[in-house]
Amino acid sequence: METLTALAGGFATALTPTHLLFAFAGCFLGTAVGVLPGIGPALTVALLLPITFQVPATSAFILFAGVYYGAMYGGSTTSILLNTPGESATIITALEGFQMARRGRAGPALATAAIGSFVAGTIATIALTFFAPIVVELALRLGPAEYFSLMVIAFVAVSSVLGASVLRGLTTLFLGLLLGVVGVDLQTGQPRFTFGMIEFLDGIEVTIVAVGLFAVAETLHLATRRKHGEDEILPLSGSLWLSREDWARSWKPWLRGACIGFPFGAIPAGGSELPTFLSYFMEKKLSRQPQQFGQGAIEGVAGPEAANNAAAAGVLMPMLTLGLPTSVTAAIMLSAFQSYGIQPGPLLFVNQAELIWGLIASLYVGNLMLLVLNLPLIGLWVRILKIPQPQLYAGILVFATIGAYGVSNSVIDLLVMYAVGVVGMLMKRYDFPVAPAVIGMILGPLAEQAFRQALTISQGDWTTFVTRPISAVFLTIALALAGGPAVWRAVVMTRRASA
Amino acid sequence: MSTSRRSLLAAAALLPAALTLRPAVAQQRFESIFMFIPAGPGGGWDGTGRAIEQAARAAGLVGSFQFENVGGAGGMVGLPRFVNQRRNQPNALMVGGSVMVGAGITNKSPITIANVQPIARLTEEAGVIVVPATSDIRTWQDLEAKLKANPGGVPVGGGSAGGTDHILLGLILKALGRNPREASYVAFAGGGPANAAILGGQVSAGISGYSEFAEQIKAGRMRALATSGERRIEGTDIPTLKELGLDVTAANWRGVFAGPGITAAQRQALIDLMVAVHATPQWKETLRARVWADAFLTGDAFAEYLKRDITATESVLKDLGLA
Repeated sequence: METLTALAGGFATALTPTHLLFAFAGCFLGTAVGVLPGIGPALTVALLLPITFQVPATSAFILFAGVYYGAMYGGSTTSILLNTPGESATIITALEGFQMARRGRAGPALATAAIGSFVAGTIATIALTFFAPIVVELALRLGPAEYFSLMVIAFVAVSSVLGASVLRGLTTLFLGLLLGVVGVDLQTGQPRFTFGMIEFLDGIEVTIVAVGLFAVAETLHLATRRKHGEDEILPLSGSLWLSREDWARSWKPWLRGACIGFPFGAIPAGGSELPTFLSYFMEKKLSRQPQQFGQGAIEGVAGPEAANNAAAAGVLMPMLTLGLPTSVTAAIMLSAFQSYGIQPGPLLFVNQAELIWGLIASLYVGNLMLLVLNLPLIGLWVRILKIPQPQLYAGILVFATIGAYGVSNSVIDLLVMYAVGVVGMLMKRYDFPVAPAVIGMILGPLAEQAFRQALTISQGDWTTFVTRPISAVFLTIALALAGGPAVWRAVVMTRRASA
Repeated sequence: MSTSRRSLLAAAALLPAALTLRPAVAQQRFESIFMFIPAGPGGGWDGTGRAIEQAARAAGLVGSFQFENVGGAGGMVGLPRFVNQRRNQPNALMVGGSVMVGAGITNKSPITIANVQPIARLTEEAGVIVVPATSDIRTWQDLEAKLKANPGGVPVGGGSAGGTDHILLGLILKALGRNPREASYVAFAGGGPANAAILGGQVSAGISGYSEFAEQIKAGRMRALATSGERRIEGTDIPTLKELGLDVTAANWRGVFAGPGITAAQRQALIDLMVAVHATPQWKETLRARVWADAFLTGDAFAEYLKRDITATESVLKDLGLA
């Protein structure tokens, strides 16, 4: 009840014309930067930081929250239409989304992404409103040992995107792992695989590799393979809107995605990529037509999109309840709090009630705004596919180049992106799946650091992964996921044989 | 379509309008200053640079500022660029700090902070050693006894290996007569994960800059045992390591530097500018709001301090096997 009163007060703050305008500006900017590969919400919020010197705190945070949510919506658009993930959290969306677009179903793919984002974003915001303190306290119980076991589950999930040949899938997964460990090692401070280049000390940006593997590789592939008069992408066929069947196949993934994404946001090492992998895996396992995955299954867009938006809301929980940033964007928002002289921490809800509730209310408003902003845009976006391929892909290259350079104004990043693009083209030609490389690059370093942190804490005792109860439960789940289907088949077979 | 375009234009008009600044009121010393930030936007160095802009422009000391951010490797990616491109340029400043000292040593970089000219040290932040509120370690003496007996048995969480937090732990172990390499140092990527690990009791103790932990300490979720400054942090009653009988002081400082090749007079003009910025009410307000400790030191005194800091850092990093 107390929460509801506070929330009502928050809406009174958020629904003033000025704040609505700030929310709209944020949502619009966020959608725009989400579309551009490389330039993400973190950089955008950072560039907007000087605004904190000029406008009241509540307005600034409503703007920032709009950028943050908007980027999650916008990131999926280019993933689906152009196979160019705008954010690392929308890499998985490209897998099925782009296949749908190729089959003339870009409209429904964008629609299920937008509505799924809205549904999951709203569910997660409601959960944030009512359960934030509880979820955060639970998340604190997870230490490095638990994170590692969680990563093991994620690695099992990756097996579902390895493709037809396990050997090829694993090859690219390890390529991703290799790229992931480039840079100064967090635990020892020693540089690894940097070849003496200062630019590699901070590691290689995931979005650079993702854009290289997806967009640049796709472009080069088409350029080397294209024959005159042959257009691979069907501009449009059928309705832009979701059919009855699409709705039926989408709503469960939305809900499941929201349930997976939200808690992951709260976990300090969760991030928004991990839940998208898990959601994809889950949808593929639960689908009645798993063979459609890889050919444009709508569930594979609906689930991960819902998961990444729910995770985005989840990330705000530890920030608002404890002052802990669990993502780069959250960390920059925290520094904005500080420039107002507001110290984010466990007392924030008490000391800055009006600001926080105004911000939470604006998240509801922003979500709705983004849905209204994005649904009519679908008609506009899909027209991009009517652009003749040579021009379209030239445009993609320009976009990718600007975006990659925008990440850190580094020419080295551009060279890496194009080098990875050439490798990606060869992978495509010889039928190596590209998704495991990106996933390996994200999961590998996370798993490695968690593993070594856990072993440092346990003083080298390997049993820590099974003696800590939550970690043991995670490992058991991983084992069941990996071995379960085979055991089940074996049991069925022997029964049949004995019958 | 036209409605959304109109509101869009309104929104676009709103942002720059909000960013315009008040007119000049005092005597202008520089028409423009080029401010180089060897880190991405949003961090501490970026915040320092932008706070200087705020104070200098509000007081009319400088006409306009131009910013460039080149982040990476503790400033080691940006530093060579500043040294090469801003040589002999009398109106270029770079923000830097103790992180850059350590990064130059661990990365064995050919161009280090010694290649730029120290103008002014502005702020500093002492480190603080905390334990979770639920820990059975009550006082510094409890922790000291444990560290002395078996440093490996006390996992301590903080920022990346070889960084300021790790160096402070190394200094403490050295003062306790142990080898810094015996530490069970658990490095976390950023303040969020480190805080979470300490609050959740995943590590026995935590070490970082005071602001990282301040709110958790105030809320009673972490217990502060000692700080690493020369004096106690204002407004707190946490004892310093020196008071506790350990000869260790360390602070994470930030300051501004000029490029190589400028004349003594040009250097003095930049120092004078920083003295004027430091005297503005706006700067005082920033220090208060951000809880930055004033550590103003200019010119040769700062250069002297920097030299000592480099030597001390180098010796600890050698002990840690990182130099």
